[in-house]
Amino acid sequence: MHTKVTLFVQCLVDSIYPQAAEAMVEVLRRLKVPVEYPADQTCCGQPAYNAGYQREARAAARRFVRIFESAEAIVCPSGSCVHMVRHHYPELFAGESIDYRMRVKAIGNRCFEFSEYLTEVLGVVNIGAFFPARVTYHDSCQLLRGLGIAEQPRKLLGHVEGLELLEMRDSDVCCGFGGTFSIGYPEISTAMVDEKIDNIVATGAEYVTGCDVGCLMNIEGRLSRREQAVKVIHIAEILASGGELR
Amino acid sequence: MSDAEKGAYRRDAASAIKDHCLQGGLQKIQNRYGRGAMRCWAEMADGGLRDRVKESRIKTLENLDVVLSLLAEKIEEAGGQVYYARTAEDAADYCRRVARKNEVKSVVKGKSMTSAEIGLDVVLEEEDIEVTETDLGEFIIQLGEDRPSHSIAPCIHLDRQRIGRLFQEKLGIPYSDDPPELTRAARRVLRPKMVAADMGITGCNFAVAETGKISLVSNEGNIGMCTTMPRIHLALMGIERVAPTMSDHRGMLQLLTKGAALQKLSTYVSFLGGPRQANDPDGPEEFHLVMIDNGRSRILADKEFREVLACLRCGACLNICPVYGKIGGHAYNSPYAGPIGAVVTPLLFGINRYADLCKGESLCGACLDICPVKIDLPRLLLALRHKLAYGDPAWQTRKHKPLEALAFRFWRFCIASGTLYRLGRRCAGIVQKPFIAKTGMIKKMAGPASAWTHDRDLRPLAKESFSKRWKKRYARAAQKKTSEVDHG
Repeated sequence: MHTKVTLFVQCLVDSIYPQAAEAMVEVLRRLKVPVEYPADQTCCGQPAYNAGYQREARAAARRFVRIFESAEAIVCPSGSCVHMVRHHYPELFAGESIDYRMRVKAIGNRCFEFSEYLTEVLGVVNIGAFFPARVTYHDSCQLLRGLGIAEQPRKLLGHVEGLELLEMRDSDVCCGFGGTFSIGYPEISTAMVDEKIDNIVATGAEYVTGCDVGCLMNIEGRLSRREQAVKVIHIAEILASGGELR
Repeated sequence: MSDAEKGAYRRDAASAIKDHCLQGGLQKIQNRYGRGAMRCWAEMADGGLRDRVKESRIKTLENLDVVLSLLAEKIEEAGGQVYYARTAEDAADYCRRVARKNEVKSVVKGKSMTSAEIGLDVVLEEEDIEVTETDLGEFIIQLGEDRPSHSIAPCIHLDRQRIGRLFQEKLGIPYSDDPPELTRAARRVLRPKMVAADMGITGCNFAVAETGKISLVSNEGNIGMCTTMPRIHLALMGIERVAPTMSDHRGMLQLLTKGAALQKLSTYVSFLGGPRQANDPDGPEEFHLVMIDNGRSRILADKEFREVLACLRCGACLNICPVYGKIGGHAYNSPYAGPIGAVVTPLLFGINRYADLCKGESLCGACLDICPVKIDLPRLLLALRHKLAYGDPAWQTRKHKPLEALAFRFWRFCIASGTLYRLGRRCAGIVQKPFIAKTGMIKKMAGPASAWTHDRDLRPLAKESFSKRWKKRYARAAQKKTSEVDHG
């Protein structure tokens, strides 16, 4: 049987896109993976860390370590949060005892982004999903450059029945979200997301998908303001669509 | 940019975004050179070169005092003069003294960012010295009384029509937007200046300690003339721009020309260092090398930031950065633009003063991937933000935004307790209600969040968070399922 998965649900997903986490649960259950969710989790500390507030980020990280330390496999529907835990936590705790640093590193190694977990840990690419639509995929920065995940989600999408994957131009270019950057420097952020949206629309896709809700929220916000019909959907929702496991 | 000019970065960025000519230039350079450099690295036969050069750069930095003194010794042996300038003023003043002593009336310059860093042009003008930029791009910038917007392609913000009109107005030639014609016009102006100048001032791509030579990379041939025709050649170098040996230099040069212009080798690489020797057919009577510190030794002393001095100044990070790709170089208000500029500028000229450069990036990480020596610019930006968050007396840095700091302390308080976090979420759910439009999206928010809704909508908080849904629908089922699997 599979290792039990402990859900690490990004705060944005928890509050704004809960359907992405539900879909993730659905997929894991179809694959007969036992799932648990520590209800006391809050935030991994990424917003504070990216804004320079390392003390505050460290407090969040310490809490995360406490809650997730006993987990066998931590799975998260957001690449940037996994990048935070896997790569930035060791930096945050550089001044700690060797023992604590080892524990932090070990947690990072047990923490997986959703599409990564499916393809690399479970070795599954075909979930038996059915999603008859034209879809384009956005490569989120921390997912792509931080975790090196590009092929995994594409493989999963490639096995979805009825789905036509249309690659957009410059799918690997930042959408302009960048956390507090989008609020601190909205003119620049908007110029960036506008280019992203032009590229999305040019594919003729009905949906844009990705593995990080931060980017998707940004893209959706601008799509909506520009009154574009393209819909935003988290990859887990596509994978959870249609039918039973075949 | 002073504190008084707060918001200059945002303001200049916003106007750059509206400049169609600039946008066209940026798109072209990024599509060709940014993407091109990434292909270069992917296809490079010697895959380990970048790591080896990085290692050699770091080693050099760790022994910089020894390497620089060897360089100085070698240059003096060849009859050149070396000056170590602690500050920008000090460096500019040395140039002034050399010019005065030699009664210099005209100077021709090769492209140099350190020259802009030390404010040399102003000083030379005060001395009534005629200064001519000889790099074509820099010449255009000088004619237009403009500022460079890219470290390698300084007039990327101009198209040939604008340059044609500028030449027509300033050089009194008939209008043309034909690049070869415009280049010939520039050449007709520049050549006599280079022949007649008293002093040539150049930068220094790299210096080689063991040979006592500096290297200058160029494609236009102006460097050769600037450094051999005038009586005096004065070169400006940042103290970090040195290689201990020719062998170290070779790797740096390879990566520089590839990163900058996808070239295996530039048209010219000049090795210079010292006045004309008895059997030399040409060359200057005097050679001066000004080693400029101006805050670099402070960066060197800080292990957290030292890595940034490994930079080869190829400008590749500008060619891939999505922020630079939208705002161009002027908004950085520094001789050093783009991702590297966003790190180096605050470190050299003040972290508070250039706080917007530390914070005005999305941390996408493309600069790290393209950097020939893999400088972790996102990490360095985060380190700068860390200084701004709490202040740091060692860097004379004040807390940048006390209110923001307070907000994050409050945030810490909330996320420390699941109960508080959920309570906060519930409050936000109530507060957001009047803001939700018919479309189901939030179109307008108040306070700092209004920056988001200026150009974007926002999906409101879901009626039920995942944690609530889990409790209601899944918790029991999951338990059941788990136990089924456990015992099955």
